[in-house]
Amino acid sequence: MTTARFDTLLVANRGEIACRVMRTARRMGLRTVAVYSDADANARHVREADEAVRIGPAAARDSYLNIEAVVEAARRSGAGAIHPGYGFLSENGAFVEALDAAGIVFVGPPAAAIAAMGDKSAAKARMANAGVPLVPGYHGHDQDDVLLRREADKIGYPVLLKASAGGGGKGMRVVESSADFQAALDSCRRESRAAFGDDRMLIEKYLIQPRHVEVQVFCDRHGNGVYLFERDCSVQRRHQKVLEEAPAPGMTAELRREMGDAAVRAAQEIGYVGAGTVEFLLDASGAFYFMEMNTRLQVEHPVTEMITGQDLVEWQLRVAMGEALPCTQDELTISGHSFEARLYAEDPDQDFLPATGTLARFAMDLEGAGLDPQRVRLDSGVESGDVVSMHYDPMLAKLIAHGDDRDQALATLNRALAALDVQGVVTNRAFLQRLATHPAFKAAELDTRFIERHHATLFAATPCSIDEYASAALIALDQLGRERESDSPWDRHDGFRLNAPHGIRIALCDRQDEASAVVVEGTRESDADPWCLTIGSETLTASLQPLEGDAVAITLDGHRRRLQARLVGEGERHIIVMVDPAGETRLLWRRIDAIDHGHHEVESTLTAPMHGIVVALLVEPSQPVEKGMPLMVMEAMKMEHTLTAPADGQVASFHFAAGDTVGQGDVLLEFTPSG
Amino acid sequence: MAILQTQINPRSELFQANEAAMRREVLALRELSAAIRRGGGDKARARHESRGKLFVRDRIDHLLDEGSPFLELSALAAHEVYDDAVPAASIVTGIGRVSGVECVIVANDATVKGGTYYPLTVKKHLRAQEIARKHRLPCIYLVDSGGAYLPLQDEVFPDRDHFGRIFYNQATLSAEGIPQIAVVMGSCTAGGAYVPAMADESIIVREQGTIFLGGPPLVKAATGESISAEALGGADVHAKLSGVADHYAENDAHALQLARACVARLNWQKRGRLAMQPPKPPRLDPAELYGIVGTDLKKPFDVREVIGRIVDDSDFDEFKRYYGDTLVTGFAHIHGHPVGIVANNGVLFSESAVKGAHFIELCAQRKIPLVFLQNITGFMVGSKYEHEGIAKHGAKLVTAVACARVPKFTVLIGGSFGAGNYGMCGRAFEPNLLFMWPNARISVMGGEQAAGVLAQVKREQHEREGREWSAEDEEAFKQPTREQYEHQGHPYYASARLWDDGVIDPAQTRDVLGLALAAAMNAEIEDTKFGVFRM
Repeated sequence: MTTARFDTLLVANRGEIACRVMRTARRMGLRTVAVYSDADANARHVREADEAVRIGPAAARDSYLNIEAVVEAARRSGAGAIHPGYGFLSENGAFVEALDAAGIVFVGPPAAAIAAMGDKSAAKARMANAGVPLVPGYHGHDQDDVLLRREADKIGYPVLLKASAGGGGKGMRVVESSADFQAALDSCRRESRAAFGDDRMLIEKYLIQPRHVEVQVFCDRHGNGVYLFERDCSVQRRHQKVLEEAPAPGMTAELRREMGDAAVRAAQEIGYVGAGTVEFLLDASGAFYFMEMNTRLQVEHPVTEMITGQDLVEWQLRVAMGEALPCTQDELTISGHSFEARLYAEDPDQDFLPATGTLARFAMDLEGAGLDPQRVRLDSGVESGDVVSMHYDPMLAKLIAHGDDRDQALATLNRALAALDVQGVVTNRAFLQRLATHPAFKAAELDTRFIERHHATLFAATPCSIDEYASAALIALDQLGRERESDSPWDRHDGFRLNAPHGIRIALCDRQDEASAVVVEGTRESDADPWCLTIGSETLTASLQPLEGDAVAITLDGHRRRLQARLVGEGERHIIVMVDPAGETRLLWRRIDAIDHGHHEVESTLTAPMHGIVVALLVEPSQPVEKGMPLMVMEAMKMEHTLTAPADGQVASFHFAAGDTVGQGDVLLEFTPSG
Repeated sequence: MAILQTQINPRSELFQANEAAMRREVLALRELSAAIRRGGGDKARARHESRGKLFVRDRIDHLLDEGSPFLELSALAAHEVYDDAVPAASIVTGIGRVSGVECVIVANDATVKGGTYYPLTVKKHLRAQEIARKHRLPCIYLVDSGGAYLPLQDEVFPDRDHFGRIFYNQATLSAEGIPQIAVVMGSCTAGGAYVPAMADESIIVREQGTIFLGGPPLVKAATGESISAEALGGADVHAKLSGVADHYAENDAHALQLARACVARLNWQKRGRLAMQPPKPPRLDPAELYGIVGTDLKKPFDVREVIGRIVDDSDFDEFKRYYGDTLVTGFAHIHGHPVGIVANNGVLFSESAVKGAHFIELCAQRKIPLVFLQNITGFMVGSKYEHEGIAKHGAKLVTAVACARVPKFTVLIGGSFGAGNYGMCGRAFEPNLLFMWPNARISVMGGEQAAGVLAQVKREQHEREGREWSAEDEEAFKQPTREQYEHQGHPYYASARLWDDGVIDPAQTRDVLGLALAAAMNAEIEDTKFGVFRM
């Protein structure tokens, strides 16, 4: 491993982490170099870097995973060191070896340490030797299907099936019963092969209601090792972290020290250098088990930075330059509480299907939300106008909030989530709000199945209230008043009617039920008067006052409420989005002058929900299938998606074969319903 | 800048009394309008909607741009005219904006007498077409009508301005480049079949619209062929076989969407050109019009108080302020449009008439639209005035009004009596649009004067015959005449017969005029050629 002073840092990554690393590097006086694929030629990390070097086409394996190209980029730009960020090459031993050979500093641990932890089965064996507690499981080399299943049966279901080389939730499945084992194994192997080029699997006991608590450790080359306390990352979906916080709620000083010491011991056992994270499962009794060690900077490192006041990237760079750790264990303290919410381009209502598109708007209205910029941090890799493509991880940004205690930090997070305005691409923003405002989350009743357990309340289709319809109608009426292209009184959109008050009817649809609309009738005598809104048998006096940014004040029968209102165009559809710290409401404004009343064909085709690659065709054309039966598998954003039969019937023809690339909306197959 | 200052005192007893009286009139008008908007009533509407059809006013709402104003025309048509109630004469007409274009909409109301054409239905339909021609506005017909009302066929069918004129207008409007779009949303039988057939583009709704020259009963009687309405002339027939309809709609909402698309494809350009200003609301409060004008025609008011509450910024640049001052003339803007205003402020004298003619010449020369605010008992009478030639001076005004080819809009804000009606651009002088306030009265002379004239004749007859005629007898003789004139001079009576285009709330006058002016700017303002002025 090479150590040397360097003045130019290449960041072999993209998105928010590339931006975040360069921010610290610039502050430390380093010149920054970005690398980019063709898809990212104009990406934010490229725009922000002092220099940027193209490293290949869009596909990650040809660019961000292309070791040769990255090393060449470092040579061309004269970079003395490379920061790998997370993902991509960050835990790739071959990459570290290539850098050592090229005399370039790797900002991270030695290749040997990566290798030690990279093979999860071998890692567990070493941890057992070092006295770090382990979860029961099978970590053997023999990968025979029957043997694996027998081991799983022996451990007892549910078990967790995991790619040995994996991480980040890819190639990972919970298997509930012996009967499901084979299908899960096939699927995990396929994903693992695609993601890591390695399909070896390990099996673990799947703990009931465990919490995911991880310890941030740091080691230098002088034998020093410290822990920067823990993070609770229990709220996950599909083993992807969604909400993280530091410190973990309910920790005792004793348990914190115990876990911290175990984590440092684990790191030192493998000769670790730099930033690492030791992940534990913590059960209700306070027992903790080693899960794995991530030999890189974690996505969620900012919550640790917020409570310790340290800059972990600066620590990484100093350690890489051969310096000693900036602090000793005694000098590190916890101040307050911090949360991080991960903003993904994905649709929680469609099983978190990744979304693509152009970010018509990406902004945070701190002023409108009345937020203290010291307490809120937005780490993002995108800006308004950027394209979210199918090629990479769909995480757009991380929103980090800090407070004196957990309640205050959570309140700040919720205000900040409301202030975040993302348009053009579907995101999980509203879902994050539902999570972060959930009573169980507020009460810190955490475990890794939090989302599954509270599925009913998190995804409940709560019908909109009269007040919400009224508020949305006011926003629509206000919008009509703004849509003025000329001075002509015909262009006033004021609903003038002779010998009657002005009247405009606004048709609003709950997105759960777009077929039927609630009609809100707004009437008023003149522009100066408040609206009288009639919804069914209810009548309200209502007015809207624009405030700073997106914020508006809506007064309904004398009750004034502040919220953030946005009108989002999705093609011909107008969605009214109303957000306040308690959550988000979306209503479709069915505009008479925009909607298409064309008649709808019976669904006889299945279209690609997103860009991706066809992985497998699961049935033969003309083979009878039942509704819900899987027909084909496609992969996008490194996740597999199964398309199922929309009805009983048969596939008339497939339009693509395995391995074909498909675009969003492409017709994948023709389906003939039976009967 | 010539900002009008108000002299009124809203706390005065007169103002308060006027205010209360006018408010009562406006409320009555609103209530009547609301009742008429319900069409054939809740039961008929429910029956209509149960067939998957939209109510006529919902159709219009679906057709118009979201939030578009709708300037309804002749809403009181046929009010208390026929033995049966025929709200709005079973047809809704008006100007509204569709796909960004101001259009005339003519929509049958099938909930009223099956949408059949009474004599006043025909008159209203023709008036809408005339407005379309004058303003150069595309026409959209939402057809759902059983055709002519057969019991009154003699007043509906044969004459020049009867049913056939609808189709004559469609042909000649189309010839002038004014688009004719028909949406068949119900039956179009016999003559009615020509509405879609004569249209430039037509749309028909599946299982709702039918078009045929002879319906199933007639076919059965004539040829013995037994056939359903849908198979004889439904959407499938006309969109797929006959080519009578161009677009096939699934339902009412879809049909109206298609109609919107038709308008969007018109490549429509406005032709009128005016030097516009940014619109500004009046500085004086239009709501005060009630208290200024009141309902007693005998109480005079300064018409400038009215003008100041209608024009932009209450800015009125008066012409010949100190000459012929019973007629107020001047320049102003309404919703940004430059206008010349001609308004009565007392009885017309020779000087006022000549001043008016001069001012109209100015506006015609400069192509500035004219707004007439009528409140006129007539021209001054008496030997002095006859000798100075008030008849020829009045004739100059009438000639100027008749010949001016700029858009003209008339609002009856008070009395409209005798020759004053002519000089102030009454119905016979073809203003683009004519509206009445609820306090206005229109007749050849005032009821009192008419009763007086008739009583005078009667008295002379009594005197010739040497009979006594007591004051009580005379009063009893005069009363029916007074009542007749009051009844027939009432705005509702006038509007029911389409002597105007609608009775309007005074407070809405400015918006109505603004919408009318903007609509009129679809047409080019022509050059004026005046006739011979008697000097």
